[in-house]
Amino acid sequence: MTVVDEAAPRTSERAPAPTGRRAPSWRVNWPGGVGALVWLVVVLVPIYWVLITSLRTQQDFFGDHPLALPAEPSLDNYLVVFELGFARYFLNSGIVTVAAVALTVFVSLLAAYTIVRSSRPLARRAFSLFLLGLAIPVQSAIIPIFYMITKLGLYDSLTAVVLPSAAFAIPITVIIFCSFMRDIPGELFESMRLDGAGEWRILWRLVLPLSKPAILTTAIYNGVNVWNNFLFPLVLTQSPGTRTLPLALWTFQGELTINVPAMMAAVVLSALPPLTLYVFGRRQLVAGLTAGFGK
Amino acid sequence: MSAPAQAVRERGRTALPHAGPSLWLLAPAALLFVTFAVVPLLGAIGLSLTSWNGLGVPAWTGFDNWRDVYSDPVTWHTIRLSLLVMVGSWVVQTPLSLLLGVYLAGGRRSRAVVGVAYFLPLLLSSAAVGLTWKNLLDPNFGLTSTAPAGPLSHAWLGDPRTALAAVVVIVAWHFVPLHTLLYQAGVRQIPRSLYEAAAMDGASTLQQFRSITLPQLKYTIVTSSVLVLVGSLTYFDLVFVLTGGGPGDATRILPLHMYLTGFQATEMGKASAIAAVLAVIGLLLSLALTRFSGFSRMQSQQEGL
Repeated sequence: MTVVDEAAPRTSERAPAPTGRRAPSWRVNWPGGVGALVWLVVVLVPIYWVLITSLRTQQDFFGDHPLALPAEPSLDNYLVVFELGFARYFLNSGIVTVAAVALTVFVSLLAAYTIVRSSRPLARRAFSLFLLGLAIPVQSAIIPIFYMITKLGLYDSLTAVVLPSAAFAIPITVIIFCSFMRDIPGELFESMRLDGAGEWRILWRLVLPLSKPAILTTAIYNGVNVWNNFLFPLVLTQSPGTRTLPLALWTFQGELTINVPAMMAAVVLSALPPLTLYVFGRRQLVAGLTAGFGK
Repeated sequence: MSAPAQAVRERGRTALPHAGPSLWLLAPAALLFVTFAVVPLLGAIGLSLTSWNGLGVPAWTGFDNWRDVYSDPVTWHTIRLSLLVMVGSWVVQTPLSLLLGVYLAGGRRSRAVVGVAYFLPLLLSSAAVGLTWKNLLDPNFGLTSTAPAGPLSHAWLGDPRTALAAVVVIVAWHFVPLHTLLYQAGVRQIPRSLYEAAAMDGASTLQQFRSITLPQLKYTIVTSSVLVLVGSLTYFDLVFVLTGGGPGDATRILPLHMYLTGFQATEMGKASAIAAVLAVIGLLLSLALTRFSGFSRMQSQQEGL
Protein backbone atom coordinates (compact mmCIF):
# COMPACT_ATOMS: atom_id res chain seq x y z
CA MET A 1 0.00 0.00 0.00
CA THR A 2 2.65 2.50 1.04
CA VAL A 3 4.91 1.48 -1.82
CA VAL A 4 2.26 2.26 -4.37
CA ASP A 5 1.38 5.54 -2.76
CA GLU A 6 4.90 6.88 -2.73
CA ALA A 7 5.48 5.91 -6.31
CA ALA A 8 2.18 7.36 -7.46
CA PRO A 9 3.11 11.03 -7.91
CA ARG A 10 6.11 10.16 -10.03
CA THR A 11 4.16 8.02 -12.50
CA SER A 12 1.37 10.54 -12.66
CA GLU A 13 3.85 13.21 -13.72
CA ARG A 14 4.80 11.14 -16.72
CA ALA A 15 1.44 9.74 -17.76
CA PRO A 16 -1.09 12.40 -18.68
CA ALA A 17 -4.24 10.41 -17.91
CA PRO A 18 -3.70 9.90 -14.14
CA THR A 19 -2.72 13.57 -13.76
CA GLY A 20 -6.16 14.55 -14.95
CA ARG A 21 -7.76 12.17 -12.49
CA ARG A 22 -5.68 13.46 -9.63
CA ALA A 23 -6.50 17.07 -10.43
CA PRO A 24 -8.52 17.78 -7.24
CA SER A 25 -5.66 16.82 -4.91
CA TRP A 26 -3.15 18.89 -6.90
CA ARG A 27 -4.88 22.11 -6.02
CA VAL A 28 -2.69 24.08 -3.62
CA ASN A 29 -4.03 23.69 -0.10
CA TRP A 30 -2.81 26.79 1.74
CA PRO A 31 -4.56 26.39 5.11
CA GLY A 32 -3.54 22.74 5.22
CA GLY A 33 0.06 23.51 4.35
CA VAL A 34 0.38 26.30 6.89
CA GLY A 35 -1.25 24.21 9.64
CA ALA A 36 0.97 21.25 8.88
CA LEU A 37 4.02 23.51 8.99
CA VAL A 38 3.02 24.95 12.37
CA TRP A 39 2.63 21.45 13.80
CA LEU A 40 5.97 20.46 12.30
CA VAL A 41 7.59 23.33 14.25
CA VAL A 42 5.76 22.24 17.43
CA VAL A 43 7.10 18.70 16.95
CA LEU A 44 10.63 19.55 15.93
CA VAL A 45 11.55 22.44 18.25
CA PRO A 46 11.57 20.29 21.43
CA ILE A 47 13.49 17.54 19.61
CA TYR A 48 16.00 20.07 18.28
CA TRP A 49 16.31 21.53 21.78
CA VAL A 50 17.02 18.08 23.26
CA LEU A 51 19.72 17.41 20.66
CA ILE A 52 21.60 20.71 20.98
CA THR A 53 21.26 20.80 24.77
CA SER A 54 22.86 17.37 24.96
CA LEU A 55 25.91 18.84 23.17
CA ARG A 56 26.27 21.88 25.46
CA THR A 57 28.46 22.37 28.48
CA GLN A 58 26.68 23.28 31.66
CA GLN A 59 28.01 26.85 31.55
CA ASP A 60 26.70 27.26 28.02
CA PHE A 61 23.39 25.90 29.14
CA PHE A 62 22.89 28.71 31.64
CA GLY A 63 24.42 31.39 29.42
CA ASP A 64 23.29 30.73 25.86
CA HIS A 65 19.87 31.18 24.34
CA PRO A 66 18.13 27.78 24.58
CA LEU A 67 17.77 27.47 20.82
CA ALA A 68 21.22 28.79 19.80
CA LEU A 69 23.72 26.30 18.45
CA PRO A 70 26.25 25.37 21.16
CA ALA A 71 29.45 27.46 21.00
CA GLU A 72 31.67 24.43 21.51
CA PRO A 73 29.66 21.29 20.92
CA SER A 74 31.03 18.34 22.87
CA LEU A 75 30.08 14.77 23.60
CA ASP A 76 31.16 15.02 27.25
CA ASN A 77 27.58 14.69 28.49
CA TYR A 78 27.34 11.30 26.83
CA LEU A 79 30.44 10.25 28.78
CA VAL A 80 28.84 11.44 32.02
CA VAL A 81 25.79 9.34 31.22
CA PHE A 82 27.87 6.24 30.61
CA GLU A 83 29.77 6.81 33.85
CA LEU A 84 26.41 6.69 35.60
CA GLY A 85 25.98 3.10 34.46
CA PHE A 86 23.99 3.69 31.30
CA ALA A 87 25.48 0.63 29.58
CA ARG A 88 24.04 -1.58 32.31
CA TYR A 89 20.56 -0.02 31.97
CA PHE A 90 20.79 -0.33 28.22
CA LEU A 91 21.56 -4.02 28.54
CA ASN A 92 18.73 -4.54 31.05
CA SER A 93 16.22 -2.86 28.74
CA GLY A 94 17.51 -4.96 25.85
CA ILE A 95 17.18 -8.23 27.76
CA VAL A 96 13.69 -7.39 29.00
CA THR A 97 12.52 -6.29 25.54
CA VAL A 98 13.90 -9.27 23.62
CA ALA A 99 12.67 -11.78 26.19
CA ALA A 100 9.18 -10.29 26.48
CA VAL A 101 8.77 -9.95 22.70
CA ALA A 102 10.02 -13.47 21.98
CA LEU A 103 7.74 -14.95 24.65
CA THR A 104 4.73 -12.95 23.42
CA VAL A 105 5.21 -13.83 19.76
CA PHE A 106 5.74 -17.53 20.48
CA VAL A 107 2.71 -18.10 22.70
CA SER A 108 0.48 -15.79 20.63
CA LEU A 109 1.37 -17.64 17.44
CA LEU A 110 0.25 -20.95 18.96
CA ALA A 111 -2.90 -19.38 20.37
CA ALA A 112 -3.88 -17.57 17.18
CA TYR A 113 -3.31 -20.71 15.09
CA THR A 114 -5.64 -22.65 17.38
CA ILE A 115 -8.28 -19.93 17.44
CA VAL A 116 -8.31 -19.61 13.65
CA ARG A 117 -8.19 -23.31 12.82
CA SER A 118 -10.30 -24.79 15.59
CA SER A 119 -14.08 -24.88 15.38
CA ARG A 120 -14.57 -25.63 19.08
CA PRO A 121 -16.51 -23.08 21.10
CA LEU A 122 -13.69 -22.80 23.64
CA ALA A 123 -11.40 -21.38 20.97
CA ARG A 124 -13.93 -18.70 20.16
CA ARG A 125 -14.33 -17.89 23.84
CA ALA A 126 -10.57 -17.57 24.17
CA PHE A 127 -10.65 -14.96 21.41
CA SER A 128 -13.32 -12.99 23.29
CA LEU A 129 -11.19 -13.19 26.43
CA PHE A 130 -8.21 -11.67 24.64
CA LEU A 131 -10.45 -9.05 23.05
CA LEU A 132 -11.76 -8.06 26.46
CA GLY A 133 -8.19 -8.02 27.70
CA LEU A 134 -7.49 -4.99 25.55
CA ALA A 135 -9.63 -2.95 27.93
CA ILE A 136 -7.85 -3.96 31.15
CA PRO A 137 -6.06 -0.91 32.55
CA VAL A 138 -2.54 -1.98 33.54
CA GLN A 139 -2.62 0.27 36.60
CA SER A 140 -5.68 -1.54 37.98
CA ALA A 141 -3.74 -4.79 38.09
CA ILE A 142 -0.40 -3.47 39.30
CA ILE A 143 -0.85 -3.99 43.06
CA PRO A 144 -1.82 -7.68 42.78
CA ILE A 145 0.97 -8.14 40.23
CA PHE A 146 3.36 -6.67 42.79
CA TYR A 147 1.90 -9.06 45.39
CA MET A 148 2.30 -12.11 43.15
CA ILE A 149 5.80 -11.20 41.99
CA THR A 150 6.89 -10.77 45.62
CA LYS A 151 5.30 -14.08 46.60
CA LEU A 152 7.02 -15.83 43.68
CA GLY A 153 10.34 -14.46 44.92
CA LEU A 154 10.88 -12.63 41.64
CA TYR A 155 10.84 -9.07 42.99
CA ASP A 156 13.75 -6.93 41.76
CA SER A 157 14.64 -9.31 38.91
CA LEU A 158 14.36 -8.81 35.16
CA THR A 159 11.98 -11.79 34.98
CA ALA A 160 9.58 -9.80 37.16
CA VAL A 161 9.32 -7.21 34.37
CA VAL A 162 9.28 -9.70 31.48
CA LEU A 163 6.27 -11.78 32.61
CA PRO A 164 3.64 -9.03 33.01
CA SER A 165 5.02 -7.15 29.98
CA ALA A 166 4.45 -10.26 27.87
CA ALA A 167 1.05 -10.90 29.44
CA PHE A 168 -0.26 -7.46 28.57
CA ALA A 169 1.16 -7.64 25.03
CA ILE A 170 -0.61 -10.94 24.31
CA PRO A 171 -4.16 -9.69 23.54
CA ILE A 172 -3.22 -7.28 20.77
CA THR A 173 -0.67 -9.73 19.35
CA VAL A 174 -3.15 -12.63 19.25
CA ILE A 175 -5.77 -10.41 17.60
CA ILE A 176 -3.37 -9.19 14.90
CA PHE A 177 -2.15 -12.76 14.27
CA CYS A 178 -5.74 -14.02 14.05
CA SER A 179 -6.81 -11.45 11.50
CA PHE A 180 -3.69 -12.24 9.50
CA MET A 181 -4.03 -16.03 9.63
CA ARG A 182 -7.68 -15.88 8.59
CA ASP A 183 -6.41 -14.76 5.20
CA ILE A 184 -4.35 -17.93 4.73
CA PRO A 185 -6.42 -20.13 2.39
CA GLY A 186 -7.82 -23.19 4.15
CA GLU A 187 -6.79 -25.40 1.23
CA LEU A 188 -3.15 -24.93 2.22
CA PHE A 189 -3.81 -26.37 5.67
CA GLU A 190 -5.87 -29.23 4.24
CA SER A 191 -3.29 -30.17 1.63
CA MET A 192 -0.54 -30.23 4.25
CA ARG A 193 -2.73 -32.37 6.45
CA LEU A 194 -3.38 -34.70 3.53
CA ASP A 195 0.38 -35.00 3.13
CA GLY A 196 0.42 -36.30 6.68
CA ALA A 197 1.84 -33.23 8.41
CA GLY A 198 1.20 -32.84 12.16
CA GLU A 199 0.39 -29.64 14.03
CA TRP A 200 3.98 -28.65 14.65
CA ARG A 201 5.00 -29.26 11.06
CA ILE A 202 2.08 -27.16 9.80
CA LEU A 203 2.98 -24.43 12.25
CA TRP A 204 6.65 -24.48 11.37
CA ARG A 205 6.40 -24.94 7.62
CA LEU A 206 3.20 -23.10 6.72
CA VAL A 207 1.97 -20.72 9.43
CA LEU A 208 5.33 -19.34 10.50
CA PRO A 209 6.62 -18.38 7.03
CA LEU A 210 3.27 -16.95 5.92
CA SER A 211 2.87 -14.95 9.15
CA LYS A 212 6.25 -13.28 8.86
CA PRO A 213 4.86 -9.77 8.18
CA ALA A 214 2.50 -10.02 11.16
CA ILE A 215 5.31 -11.32 13.37
CA LEU A 216 7.55 -8.46 12.33
CA THR A 217 4.78 -5.92 12.90
CA THR A 218 3.90 -7.14 16.38
CA ALA A 219 7.55 -7.63 17.33
CA ILE A 220 8.39 -4.03 16.45
CA TYR A 221 5.23 -2.62 18.00
CA ASN A 222 5.57 -4.59 21.24
CA GLY A 223 9.31 -4.00 21.24
CA VAL A 224 8.89 -0.22 21.26
CA ASN A 225 6.21 -0.53 23.97
CA VAL A 226 8.22 -2.77 26.26
CA TRP A 227 11.37 -0.73 25.74
CA ASN A 228 9.52 2.43 26.77
CA ASN A 229 7.51 0.88 29.61
CA PHE A 230 7.80 2.67 32.91
CA LEU A 231 5.27 1.25 35.36
CA PHE A 232 6.45 -2.38 35.60
CA PRO A 233 10.12 -1.53 36.22
CA LEU A 234 9.06 1.22 38.63
CA VAL A 235 6.95 -1.10 40.78
CA LEU A 236 8.69 -4.45 40.31
CA THR A 237 12.38 -3.56 40.55
CA GLN A 238 14.40 -1.61 43.03
CA SER A 239 18.17 -1.85 42.69
CA PRO A 240 20.34 -0.15 40.03
CA GLY A 241 21.37 -3.63 38.83
CA THR A 242 17.87 -4.31 37.46
CA ARG A 243 17.03 -0.75 36.37
CA THR A 244 15.76 -0.27 32.82
CA LEU A 245 16.26 2.85 30.72
CA PRO A 246 13.00 4.79 31.27
CA LEU A 247 13.39 4.28 35.00
CA ALA A 248 17.04 5.33 34.78
CA LEU A 249 15.95 8.55 33.07
CA TRP A 250 13.65 9.27 35.97
CA THR A 251 16.27 8.53 38.62
CA PHE A 252 18.79 10.70 36.73
CA GLN A 253 16.61 13.62 37.73
CA GLY A 254 17.71 13.03 41.28
CA GLU A 255 21.32 12.13 40.55
CA LEU A 256 22.01 14.90 38.08
CA THR A 257 19.71 17.48 39.68
CA ILE A 258 20.50 20.49 37.50
CA ASN A 259 22.81 18.89 34.94
CA VAL A 260 20.18 19.25 32.24
CA PRO A 261 22.61 18.71 29.31
CA ALA A 262 23.53 15.27 30.69
CA MET A 263 19.85 14.45 31.18
CA MET A 264 19.16 15.31 27.56
CA ALA A 265 22.07 13.13 26.45
CA ALA A 266 20.38 10.32 28.35
CA VAL A 267 17.08 11.10 26.60
CA VAL A 268 18.80 10.92 23.20
CA LEU A 269 20.50 7.62 24.02
CA SER A 270 17.28 6.07 25.31
CA ALA A 271 15.54 6.91 22.03
CA LEU A 272 18.21 5.44 19.77
CA PRO A 273 17.00 1.80 19.72
CA PRO A 274 13.35 2.63 18.93
CA LEU A 275 14.60 5.09 16.31
CA THR A 276 16.81 2.44 14.73
CA LEU A 277 13.89 -0.01 14.70
CA TYR A 278 11.79 2.68 13.05
CA VAL A 279 14.39 3.42 10.38
CA PHE A 280 14.71 -0.23 9.42
CA GLY A 281 11.13 -1.31 9.99
CA ARG A 282 9.18 1.82 9.14
CA ARG A 283 6.80 0.20 6.66
CA GLN A 284 6.17 -2.68 9.01
CA LEU A 285 5.71 -0.48 12.07
CA VAL A 286 3.29 1.85 10.29
CA ALA A 287 1.44 -1.13 8.85
CA GLY A 288 1.21 -2.59 12.34
CA LEU A 289 -0.13 0.59 13.84
CA THR A 290 -2.82 0.90 11.19
CA ALA A 291 -3.53 -2.79 10.62
CA GLY A 292 -7.10 -3.85 10.11
CA PHE A 293 -8.41 -0.67 8.58
CA GLY A 294 -10.78 -0.92 5.68
CA LYS A 295 -11.77 -4.49 6.49
CA MET B 1 2.98 -45.40 -0.49
CA SER B 2 0.58 -47.41 1.57
CA ALA B 3 1.85 -46.20 4.95
CA PRO B 4 1.23 -42.48 4.29
CA ALA B 5 -2.10 -43.27 2.70
CA GLN B 6 -3.13 -45.12 5.80
CA ALA B 7 -1.92 -42.25 7.95
CA VAL B 8 -4.03 -39.88 5.94
CA ARG B 9 -7.07 -42.01 6.37
CA GLU B 10 -6.44 -42.26 10.10
CA ARG B 11 -5.82 -38.55 10.46
CA GLY B 12 -8.83 -37.79 8.37
CA ARG B 13 -10.91 -39.90 10.65
CA THR B 14 -9.54 -38.50 13.89
CA ALA B 15 -9.24 -34.93 12.66
CA LEU B 16 -12.92 -34.53 11.95
CA PRO B 17 -14.32 -34.96 15.46
CA HIS B 18 -11.42 -32.89 16.83
CA ALA B 19 -12.14 -30.14 14.33
CA GLY B 20 -8.78 -28.43 14.24
CA PRO B 21 -5.64 -28.24 16.32
CA SER B 22 -5.36 -29.29 19.92
CA LEU B 23 -6.62 -26.73 22.39
CA TRP B 24 -3.43 -27.25 24.37
CA LEU B 25 -1.71 -24.85 22.01
CA LEU B 26 -3.86 -22.13 23.55
CA ALA B 27 -2.61 -22.94 27.03
CA PRO B 28 0.67 -20.98 27.22
CA ALA B 29 -0.85 -17.68 26.04
CA ALA B 30 -3.99 -18.13 28.11
CA LEU B 31 -2.02 -19.11 31.20
CA LEU B 32 0.34 -16.15 30.99
CA PHE B 33 -2.45 -13.71 30.21
CA VAL B 34 -4.82 -14.98 32.88
CA THR B 35 -2.10 -15.19 35.54
CA PHE B 36 -0.66 -11.73 35.06
CA ALA B 37 -3.64 -9.76 33.78
CA VAL B 38 -7.03 -11.31 34.59
CA VAL B 39 -6.26 -12.75 38.02
CA PRO B 40 -4.62 -9.49 39.19
CA LEU B 41 -7.66 -7.56 38.01
CA LEU B 42 -9.85 -9.73 40.23
CA GLY B 43 -7.16 -9.72 42.91
CA ALA B 44 -7.47 -5.97 43.16
CA ILE B 45 -11.06 -6.42 44.29
CA GLY B 46 -9.92 -8.97 46.88
CA LEU B 47 -7.12 -6.77 48.18
CA SER B 48 -9.50 -3.81 48.40
CA LEU B 49 -11.21 -5.66 51.27
CA THR B 50 -7.99 -5.87 53.26
CA SER B 51 -5.55 -3.64 55.03
CA TRP B 52 -2.04 -4.21 53.66
CA ASN B 53 1.15 -2.17 53.85
CA GLY B 54 2.86 -3.98 50.97
CA LEU B 55 5.14 -6.06 53.16
CA GLY B 56 3.26 -8.08 55.74
CA VAL B 57 0.11 -10.17 55.35
CA PRO B 58 -3.09 -8.50 54.11
CA ALA B 59 -5.65 -8.36 56.94
CA TRP B 60 -9.36 -8.62 56.22
CA THR B 61 -11.19 -5.36 56.89
CA GLY B 62 -14.35 -5.72 54.84
CA PHE B 63 -15.61 -2.59 53.16
CA ASP B 64 -13.58 -0.10 55.23
CA ASN B 65 -11.41 0.92 52.28
CA TRP B 66 -14.43 1.43 50.08
CA ARG B 67 -16.03 3.68 52.71
CA ASP B 68 -12.73 5.55 52.97
CA VAL B 69 -12.43 6.01 49.24
CA TYR B 70 -16.05 7.03 48.90
CA SER B 71 -15.94 9.63 51.67
CA ASP B 72 -12.52 11.02 50.69
CA PRO B 73 -12.94 14.28 48.74
CA VAL B 74 -9.57 13.60 47.06
CA THR B 75 -11.10 10.59 45.27
CA TRP B 76 -13.78 12.74 43.69
CA HIS B 77 -11.23 15.42 42.88
CA THR B 78 -9.00 12.89 41.06
CA ILE B 79 -11.95 11.39 39.19
CA ARG B 80 -12.95 14.88 38.08
CA LEU B 81 -9.37 15.59 36.93
CA SER B 82 -9.27 12.30 35.02
CA LEU B 83 -12.50 13.17 33.23
CA LEU B 84 -11.13 16.64 32.46
CA VAL B 85 -7.97 15.10 30.96
CA MET B 86 -10.10 12.70 28.90
CA VAL B 87 -12.36 15.42 27.50
CA GLY B 88 -9.45 17.83 27.02
CA SER B 89 -7.38 15.20 25.23
CA TRP B 90 -10.24 14.38 22.91
CA VAL B 91 -10.92 18.03 22.12
CA VAL B 92 -7.25 18.76 21.39
CA GLN B 93 -6.18 15.54 19.69
CA THR B 94 -9.13 14.56 17.52
CA PRO B 95 -9.53 17.64 15.27
CA LEU B 96 -5.78 18.15 15.09
CA SER B 97 -4.90 14.59 14.08
CA LEU B 98 -7.91 14.37 11.76
CA LEU B 99 -6.81 17.44 9.81
CA LEU B 100 -3.15 16.45 9.81
CA GLY B 101 -4.00 12.90 8.73
CA VAL B 102 -6.17 14.12 5.86
CA TYR B 103 -3.43 16.51 4.78
CA LEU B 104 -0.69 13.87 4.93
CA ALA B 105 -2.78 11.38 2.97
CA GLY B 106 -2.35 13.61 -0.08
CA GLY B 107 0.18 11.77 -2.17
CA ARG B 108 2.98 14.30 -2.41
CA ARG B 109 6.54 13.44 -1.62
CA SER B 110 7.10 16.43 0.66
CA ARG B 111 4.25 15.21 2.83
CA ALA B 112 5.88 11.80 3.20
CA VAL B 113 8.97 13.55 4.60
CA VAL B 114 6.83 15.61 6.97
CA GLY B 115 5.06 12.41 8.00
CA VAL B 116 8.36 10.88 9.08
CA ALA B 117 9.17 13.92 11.23
CA TYR B 118 5.69 13.80 12.80
CA PHE B 119 6.35 10.28 13.91
CA LEU B 120 9.32 11.10 16.15
CA PRO B 121 7.50 11.92 19.45
CA LEU B 122 5.84 8.52 19.33
CA LEU B 123 9.22 6.77 19.55
CA LEU B 124 10.23 8.57 22.74
CA SER B 125 9.29 6.94 26.02
CA SER B 126 6.88 8.74 28.34
CA ALA B 127 9.76 9.24 30.75
CA ALA B 128 11.81 10.92 28.00
CA VAL B 129 8.89 13.11 26.93
CA GLY B 130 8.22 14.05 30.54
CA LEU B 131 11.84 14.92 31.24
CA THR B 132 12.10 16.94 28.03
CA TRP B 133 9.01 19.05 28.60
CA LYS B 134 9.67 19.52 32.27
CA ASN B 135 12.97 21.17 31.43
CA LEU B 136 11.67 22.92 28.34
CA LEU B 137 9.00 24.63 30.47
CA ASP B 138 11.28 25.29 33.42
CA PRO B 139 10.58 28.84 34.59
CA ASN B 140 14.26 29.58 35.29
CA PHE B 141 16.22 28.24 32.34
CA GLY B 142 13.70 26.61 29.99
CA LEU B 143 12.59 27.85 26.59
CA THR B 144 9.69 29.78 28.10
CA SER B 145 12.08 31.69 30.38
CA THR B 146 13.55 33.52 27.37
CA ALA B 147 10.19 34.73 26.15
CA PRO B 148 9.36 38.37 26.87
CA ALA B 149 7.27 38.83 29.99
CA GLY B 150 3.70 37.87 29.30
CA PRO B 151 1.67 34.72 28.88
CA LEU B 152 4.49 32.76 27.21
CA SER B 153 6.93 33.17 30.10
CA HIS B 154 4.40 31.64 32.45
CA ALA B 155 5.44 28.70 34.67
CA TRP B 156 2.91 26.42 33.02
CA LEU B 157 3.58 23.31 35.08
CA GLY B 158 4.21 25.17 38.33
CA ASP B 159 0.90 27.02 38.45
CA PRO B 160 -2.00 24.91 39.74
CA ARG B 161 -4.36 26.79 37.41
CA THR B 162 -2.48 25.86 34.22
CA ALA B 163 -0.70 22.59 35.15
CA LEU B 164 -3.50 20.31 33.98
CA ALA B 165 -3.88 22.16 30.67
CA ALA B 166 -0.11 21.89 30.14
CA VAL B 167 -0.30 18.16 30.80
CA VAL B 168 -3.12 17.78 28.25
CA VAL B 169 -1.05 19.62 25.62
CA ILE B 170 2.07 17.54 26.31
CA VAL B 171 0.05 14.31 26.13
CA ALA B 172 -1.23 15.57 22.77
CA TRP B 173 2.33 16.24 21.61
CA HIS B 174 3.18 12.64 22.41
CA PHE B 175 0.09 10.97 20.90
CA VAL B 176 -1.17 13.13 18.02
CA PRO B 177 1.35 11.35 15.73
CA LEU B 178 -0.33 7.99 16.41
CA HIS B 179 -3.80 9.30 15.62
CA THR B 180 -2.57 11.23 12.59
CA LEU B 181 -1.30 7.91 11.31
CA LEU B 182 -4.67 6.23 11.87
CA TYR B 183 -6.49 9.00 9.98
CA GLN B 184 -3.91 8.97 7.21
CA ALA B 185 -4.48 5.24 6.76
CA GLY B 186 -8.24 5.80 6.93
CA VAL B 187 -8.20 8.43 4.20
CA ARG B 188 -6.17 6.17 1.92
CA GLN B 189 -8.97 3.60 2.07
CA ILE B 190 -11.52 6.04 0.65
CA PRO B 191 -12.24 5.19 -2.99
CA ARG B 192 -10.84 7.86 -5.34
CA SER B 193 -13.91 7.60 -7.54
CA LEU B 194 -15.97 9.40 -4.89
CA TYR B 195 -13.76 12.47 -5.19
CA GLU B 196 -13.67 12.25 -8.95
CA ALA B 197 -17.46 12.23 -9.12
CA ALA B 198 -17.68 15.13 -6.67
CA ALA B 199 -15.06 17.13 -8.58
CA MET B 200 -17.02 16.59 -11.78
CA ASP B 201 -20.10 17.95 -10.07
CA GLY B 202 -18.05 21.01 -9.17
CA ALA B 203 -17.76 20.39 -5.43
CA SER B 204 -15.15 22.52 -3.66
CA THR B 205 -12.37 21.04 -1.55
CA LEU B 206 -14.24 22.02 1.59
CA GLN B 207 -17.48 20.47 0.34
CA GLN B 208 -15.61 17.28 -0.56
CA PHE B 209 -14.10 17.18 2.91
CA ARG B 210 -17.48 17.62 4.56
CA SER B 211 -19.55 15.27 2.46
CA ILE B 212 -17.01 12.58 1.51
CA THR B 213 -13.99 12.54 3.79
CA LEU B 214 -15.74 13.03 7.14
CA PRO B 215 -18.54 10.45 6.64
CA GLN B 216 -16.09 7.94 5.18
CA LEU B 217 -13.81 8.34 8.20
CA LYS B 218 -16.64 7.59 10.65
CA TYR B 219 -15.16 4.33 11.91
CA THR B 220 -11.66 5.73 12.07
CA ILE B 221 -12.95 8.60 14.19
CA VAL B 222 -14.65 6.14 16.53
CA THR B 223 -11.55 3.94 16.83
CA SER B 224 -9.27 6.87 17.42
CA SER B 225 -11.67 8.38 19.95
CA VAL B 226 -11.86 5.13 21.90
CA LEU B 227 -8.07 5.03 22.03
CA VAL B 228 -7.86 8.68 23.12
CA LEU B 229 -10.50 8.33 25.85
CA VAL B 230 -9.39 5.00 27.29
CA GLY B 231 -5.75 5.98 26.90
CA SER B 232 -6.07 9.29 28.70
CA LEU B 233 -8.06 7.71 31.53
CA THR B 234 -5.18 5.36 32.26
CA TYR B 235 -2.38 7.76 31.54
CA PHE B 236 0.20 7.57 34.26
CA ASP B 237 3.92 7.63 33.46
CA LEU B 238 4.10 11.00 31.69
CA VAL B 239 2.21 12.81 34.45
CA PHE B 240 4.22 10.98 37.11
CA VAL B 241 7.51 12.23 35.60
CA LEU B 242 6.21 15.69 34.67
CA THR B 243 4.49 16.80 37.86
CA GLY B 244 4.20 13.86 40.25
CA GLY B 245 0.58 14.96 40.65
CA GLY B 246 1.45 18.49 41.74
CA PRO B 247 1.53 21.34 42.30
CA GLY B 248 -0.62 20.40 45.28
CA ASP B 249 -3.19 17.99 43.86
CA ALA B 250 -3.60 19.89 40.61
CA THR B 251 -2.63 16.99 38.30
CA ARG B 252 -3.35 14.04 40.59
CA ILE B 253 -5.31 11.98 38.07
CA LEU B 254 -6.91 8.68 39.09
CA PRO B 255 -4.09 6.22 38.19
CA LEU B 256 -1.56 8.51 39.84
CA HIS B 257 -3.75 8.73 42.94
CA MET B 258 -3.82 4.93 43.03
CA TYR B 259 -0.02 4.67 42.72
CA LEU B 260 0.71 7.34 45.33
CA THR B 261 -1.79 5.85 47.78
CA GLY B 262 -0.42 2.34 47.30
CA PHE B 263 3.29 2.64 46.80
CA GLN B 264 4.08 5.92 48.53
CA ALA B 265 1.58 6.06 51.39
CA THR B 266 1.72 2.19 51.46
CA GLU B 267 -2.03 1.87 51.87
CA MET B 268 -2.34 -1.01 49.42
CA GLY B 269 -5.89 -1.91 50.41
CA LYS B 270 -7.21 1.56 49.80
CA ALA B 271 -5.19 1.81 46.59
CA SER B 272 -6.75 -1.48 45.43
CA ALA B 273 -10.20 0.00 45.90
CA ILE B 274 -9.11 2.97 43.75
CA ALA B 275 -7.68 0.52 41.20
CA ALA B 276 -11.03 -1.27 41.10
CA VAL B 277 -12.81 2.04 40.49
CA LEU B 278 -10.37 2.75 37.68
CA ALA B 279 -10.95 -0.69 36.15
CA VAL B 280 -14.72 -0.29 36.35
CA ILE B 281 -14.64 3.14 34.70
CA GLY B 282 -12.24 1.83 32.04
CA LEU B 283 -14.28 -1.29 31.26
CA LEU B 284 -17.59 0.61 31.25
CA LEU B 285 -16.09 3.20 28.95
CA SER B 286 -14.74 0.58 26.52
CA LEU B 287 -18.01 -1.33 26.58
CA ALA B 288 -20.10 1.79 26.05
CA LEU B 289 -17.91 3.03 23.24
CA THR B 290 -17.69 -0.33 21.48
CA ARG B 291 -21.42 -0.99 21.88
CA PHE B 292 -22.16 2.49 20.60
CA SER B 293 -19.96 2.00 17.58
CA GLY B 294 -20.95 -1.58 16.79
CA PHE B 295 -18.93 -4.35 18.36
CA SER B 296 -18.29 -6.35 15.21
CA ARG B 297 -16.71 -3.33 13.57
CA MET B 298 -14.44 -2.80 16.55
CA GLN B 299 -13.08 -6.30 16.24
CA SER B 300 -11.37 -5.44 13.03
CA GLN B 301 -10.68 -1.82 13.90
CA GLN B 302 -8.98 -2.21 17.24
CA GLU B 303 -6.21 -4.21 15.67
CA GLY B 304 -4.38 -1.00 15.14
CA LEU B 305 -4.24 -0.28 18.85
